[in-house]
Amino acid sequence: MFSFLREAIWFGTVYLYGSTGEIITEKSGHLNLGIPGIMCMGAVGGCVADIWYMNSFADPSKMPAGAVIIIGILGAMLVAGLMGLLYSFFTVSLRCNQNVTGLAITTFGIGVMNYWSERMGAKGISIYWVRQCFAQTFPCAGTIGDFGKLFFSYGTLTYLALAIALIASFVLRRTRIGLNLRAIGENPAAADATGINITAYKYVATVLGAAIAGIGGLFCMVEVTTSFQYSVDAAGWLAVAIVIFSVWRPSLAVLGSMAFAILYYIPSRVQVDFGEKELIKMIPYVVTIIVLIIISILNKKETQPPQSLGVNYFREER
Amino acid sequence: MTKHETHKKEPLMHISKRMDMKKWQAWLIRLGAFAIALIVCGIVSSILKPGSFGKFYAYLFKGVFGTPRRIWLLLQNIAMLLCVALAVTPAFKMKFWNIGAEGQVLMGALMCALCMFYMGGKAANGVIVLVCFIASMAMGAIWAVIPALFKAQWNTNETLFTLMMNYVAMNLVRFCVNKWSTNGSGVLGILHYGWMPSIGKYTYLLNIIIVAVLTVLLWVYLRFSKHGYELTVVGESTNTARYIGINIKKVIIRTMILSGVICGIAGFLLVSGTSHTVNANLADGRGFTAILVSWLAHFNPAAMALTSSLVVFLDQGSTFAGDSFRLGGSFSDIITGIFFFFIIASEFFINYKVKFRAISKKKEKALAEAVAVATVEVTEEEVR
Repeated sequence: MFSFLREAIWFGTVYLYGSTGEIITEKSGHLNLGIPGIMCMGAVGGCVADIWYMNSFADPSKMPAGAVIIIGILGAMLVAGLMGLLYSFFTVSLRCNQNVTGLAITTFGIGVMNYWSERMGAKGISIYWVRQCFAQTFPCAGTIGDFGKLFFSYGTLTYLALAIALIASFVLRRTRIGLNLRAIGENPAAADATGINITAYKYVATVLGAAIAGIGGLFCMVEVTTSFQYSVDAAGWLAVAIVIFSVWRPSLAVLGSMAFAILYYIPSRVQVDFGEKELIKMIPYVVTIIVLIIISILNKKETQPPQSLGVNYFREER
Repeated sequence: MTKHETHKKEPLMHISKRMDMKKWQAWLIRLGAFAIALIVCGIVSSILKPGSFGKFYAYLFKGVFGTPRRIWLLLQNIAMLLCVALAVTPAFKMKFWNIGAEGQVLMGALMCALCMFYMGGKAANGVIVLVCFIASMAMGAIWAVIPALFKAQWNTNETLFTLMMNYVAMNLVRFCVNKWSTNGSGVLGILHYGWMPSIGKYTYLLNIIIVAVLTVLLWVYLRFSKHGYELTVVGESTNTARYIGINIKKVIIRTMILSGVICGIAGFLLVSGTSHTVNANLADGRGFTAILVSWLAHFNPAAMALTSSLVVFLDQGSTFAGDSFRLGGSFSDIITGIFFFFIIASEFFINYKVKFRAISKKKEKALAEAVAVATVEVTEEEVR
């Protein structure tokens, strides 16, 4: 039971990064369907940065873990943030259709990631030592039994994800910046009239959201998969689903991510044949649909998507 | 005249909506964007594989027009993409963001395969094909109408709803394929019954003809029928629609059924007319690409034939180029992604006008001078 919960928290990290990033973006009224592609780009960016750092050492096993982690995160955030910048340039400045732009970014990001991982596989480059650095955890994890394992046995990225989600939750609900951002997502014209710099907020929210999602891609690469072949994009789509599941609240996204991670793990734990596993894998999506329906029927203000989600703001439009 | 207050900060540029763009100008801009995109793709190709700039274009054309078989493949892929694009168009025109075409096509395909699997050998081929056709359309419609019902009744967010339905459909297909495949490989082999007849020796010709007919029909439907008018009004403004007495719920549901039916046809053509089997990747991202195709053509079926040709041309050509350069299959995804970026950005210059401050100031100055000269002339005349 403890190990099951531990795996849920650990694997939920992937979804948590993606959904926290997407929530911040969606709060500004932009539905970024490029998240799967952006997570892929983040994975590539972080790994490229770390491989570059690794190559400067004659003996990769002596790399300082802290530096590897920081460089990886920065690399992931930079590349994913650039994709977020591209998205916001298209949708905020050029006012292009959000769905179309997001899908194009997803196509591009998945393409880049597959291309890069094929190259890496062909060259035989291994990020084993990078992985070792990311796997480092509290030294006391092994000594205080199951309880310690449940709380202290994760890599840095898991704690970082939780911290980001809680900070995001606090900022969105308790600060002026959060209030302004929510106002923009609900009614940009009204927010504009009060003198909020809409463009700046939208850019920052989108780029920051993308950068956070990018770390999730890196997590997939350095902690989850043992080869370069892992469908980061599937995790990205599930992250979009968790945003709905957690009714646009980062604090609930923590629970949502864990729930989805459990659903992801059930098929490998239950003794069923290969075909029926597919039916179990369907559950997260069905649950998301049900949540979507319930919140629309209840029609409570607190659980609705941001009012202007998916609609670009143009000041001169009536 | 009073002196103008000097602003502390004037925006660098001013963006305004453009209404006066002529059609040929718009297409010229798109053509320009396409040309720039091609050049950039060539540059990307020469970065990934040094010295391949010229070869990239050669392979692009060779991959598409190299052999008669490739040309047929091109036409077939255009027809399939166009069919899905046609399907999403009525809903998009109504501003119903249906991104679930992928799932709707898959469900149509699954239903078609189901009929082929269970009826195979028990009925005449013609009967099976007919049953497949109807079942596919019905299943596509069911998959599309579920989100529409909730949208009409409770205003449930259709983008997210249809997105989730895609994955439910994919997993359903995987489940069924696993159930049906007898050898335990998890892959369904070719089904030998219920193949669509082929005209002469051209396997894909019937598919292409069906889609061509469908294109014309949809064009007529959107342009000349009352239904087409109603869904356009709903898309432009729901308040206007309500005011002139259009039943919005009915229009939403009816239009999504139409969307689903066409998706079902696409699924039918993919299974019965092309691959004769089904797997979760059968739609191959067409449901998403079709959205781009339809949007780029401004929801005009005739223009969609052109945009889908461009997309398929680039995809097929760059896949061939990627294979020839030994860059792998994902090379074409990168190229297609870059191409989309440029084309999407070009829409901005069609819909909006950008005025830069520096330029408009110069113009203002020139205007002021002209006015001054004119006043001087007038006063001189008065003096005389």
